Amino acid sequence: MLLSMEHLRKEYPNGKIAVDDFNLQVGRGEFIAFIGTSGSGKTTTMRMINRMLKQTSGTIKINDKDISKMDPVKLRRSIGYVIQNIGLMPHMTIQENIEMVPKLLGWSKEKRAEQAHKMIELAQLPDDMLQRYPGELSGGQQQRIGVVRALAADQEIILMDEPFGALDPITRESLQDLVKHLQEDLGKTFIFVTHDMDEALHLATKVVIMSQGKQVQVDTPENILRHPANDFVTNLIGEERLIRAQPNILSVSQIMLKNPVSITPDKTVDDAIELMHDRRVDTLLVTDDAGVLQGYVDLEDINRITDPHTAVGDFTNRQVFFVKADSLIGDTVDRILKQGVKNVPVVDKDKHLVGIVTRTALVDIVYDALRGAPEANEEPASPINADIHAAATHDEGGEIPQ
Amino acid sequence: MMHFLATYGTQLIAKTGQHLYISAAALALGVIVAVPLGILLTRMKHGANFVITLAGVLQTIPAMALLAMMIPIFGIGSTPAIVALFIYSLLPILRNTYLGMQGVSPTVRDAAKGMGMTWWQMMIQAEIPLAAPVIMAGIRLSATYVIAWATLASYIGAGGLGDFIFNGLNLYRSDLILGGSIPVILLALLVDYLLGKVEVAVTPRQLR
Ligand SMILES: Nc1ncnc2c1ncn2[C@@H]1O[C@H](COP(=O)(O)OP(=O)(O)O)[C@@H](O)[C@H]1O
Ligand SMILES: [Mg+2]
Repeated sequence: MLLSMEHLRKEYPNGKIAVDDFNLQVGRGEFIAFIGTSGSGKTTTMRMINRMLKQTSGTIKINDKDISKMDPVKLRRSIGYVIQNIGLMPHMTIQENIEMVPKLLGWSKEKRAEQAHKMIELAQLPDDMLQRYPGELSGGQQQRIGVVRALAADQEIILMDEPFGALDPITRESLQDLVKHLQEDLGKTFIFVTHDMDEALHLATKVVIMSQGKQVQVDTPENILRHPANDFVTNLIGEERLIRAQPNILSVSQIMLKNPVSITPDKTVDDAIELMHDRRVDTLLVTDDAGVLQGYVDLEDINRITDPHTAVGDFTNRQVFFVKADSLIGDTVDRILKQGVKNVPVVDKDKHLVGIVTRTALVDIVYDALRGAPEANEEPASPINADIHAAATHDEGGEIPQ
Repeated sequence: MMHFLATYGTQLIAKTGQHLYISAAALALGVIVAVPLGILLTRMKHGANFVITLAGVLQTIPAMALLAMMIPIFGIGSTPAIVALFIYSLLPILRNTYLGMQGVSPTVRDAAKGMGMTWWQMMIQAEIPLAAPVIMAGIRLSATYVIAWATLASYIGAGGLGDFIFNGLNLYRSDLILGGSIPVILLALLVDYLLGKVEVAVTPRQLR
């Protein structure tokens, strides 16, 4: 593990227990978001990682080395640090700011300058900005510099405490793209404190939800949306966001009806009519003895058959549209609705029939999702939706070959 | 005027030299003591108010009384004068150093430490440069005080331009009084102007 935190506890001198039994394992290239109510201990936890604070008990290890045995100054130079109010040195040029840690580490002037040019390019800002002072830049530009400054000495771990909290939404989004790029393409590891749930869900590979110094839930954004651990998490995520995210986190199996009415091909027309009557349905799914979906028969087909002893298998419609149980609703809904059928059979990965999805159940979910997101028209691809979409499998079932 | 200069020209230069020496020595001591003390005060949880109040009290002692108090300790001459003026110079420098250092944003300090600066590096590379304009303003104010009050140093035999003024007062000679006062005023204005330049120079471009 790149970073491991075990049984961390922080009690301030005034007796306030800010962090209690905090445990986290962070692998290289992960993006960890700490989120929680104000005062839940996020900043305290983060600042123990670069020894800006000393834990009361517990251990923090980086690459299996206990940080309490390291020189704190050296430790801090090896960890990137970005804070909300930017923290650029107002009396230094942008170049001097970027070169701060490399200079502390004793890099040569040439190497430092080369790095400064590289970093400003990474920040997607013009090279001549290096000679300007922080006060001459916009807030967003300053924080871009703040972010790349934290990488200028090739730091592997970057700590960020609500870095984009003070920025307008558009600037914030473009900075989120920047850090996401740094994590995904450069393999940097981020520990990121935020109070913005969309930001956490959009950026993180793992979200740590905190309340009153304790971890309430630690999981991937998808799992947290899918299974909020308790009411606190549900509230934090927000009812609306949960509804909006539903098509992208609910799988078909979660909304399907189990035990669909089915019949085997060797049964007769009489058997079929009796079953339909008993269960008050107009369609029967046909499965073989092993439960593998073969097709369907409906009342119209049966009406056309004159011989009551005809086997069901002889007039089964084999062209049946189905979906897989583990596919996400968001990925299948369009196809299901376009088919114009009332019910869609659901199969597992071996094509065993496991359930049925009704058109009504689907429409309900899609309708809620739209209603839950009135701004959906303005930003058709909201960050969470877009992301989980991309991560989802596109294995959506299809039709049984003839 | 020409007559005055012709008669007292060399003496004037010598006295101005003494005056400058006493002032500069007192100010230099003031800076050496008050700047580090001011910085130290910002690192202390308690005591800052006490020390600044104490310096304020010292400053309210009448100049003549303070000078007179120096005689039993240091005798007469320039040493007691320098010590007395040094005490006067403390307060503005101390107070401005304290305020200047307090005024460095906690964010900047946090960032500097978090990026791996040692205590000294934080001082030299971040905090003092950022507090420098305010500290410099304190030094400038002290300098003007010290030059003005150095006039009184003549009273305890330290020399300086005050000699002209006290002689003038004793002899009812207004040319001597003016001949001493005008150079003091010019000196104070000149030093204030020059230190003003320094103040601008130490102010980071972006903060001017
Ligand atoms: N220096 C301190 N002394 C005492 N209590 C503190 C100190 N810093 C923070 N706290 C308290 O510890 C708790 C956690 O604070 P913090 O880690 O800043 O929370 P967060 O970053 O999640 O808002 C809060 O209740 C806060 O009031
Ligand atoms: Mg915080």
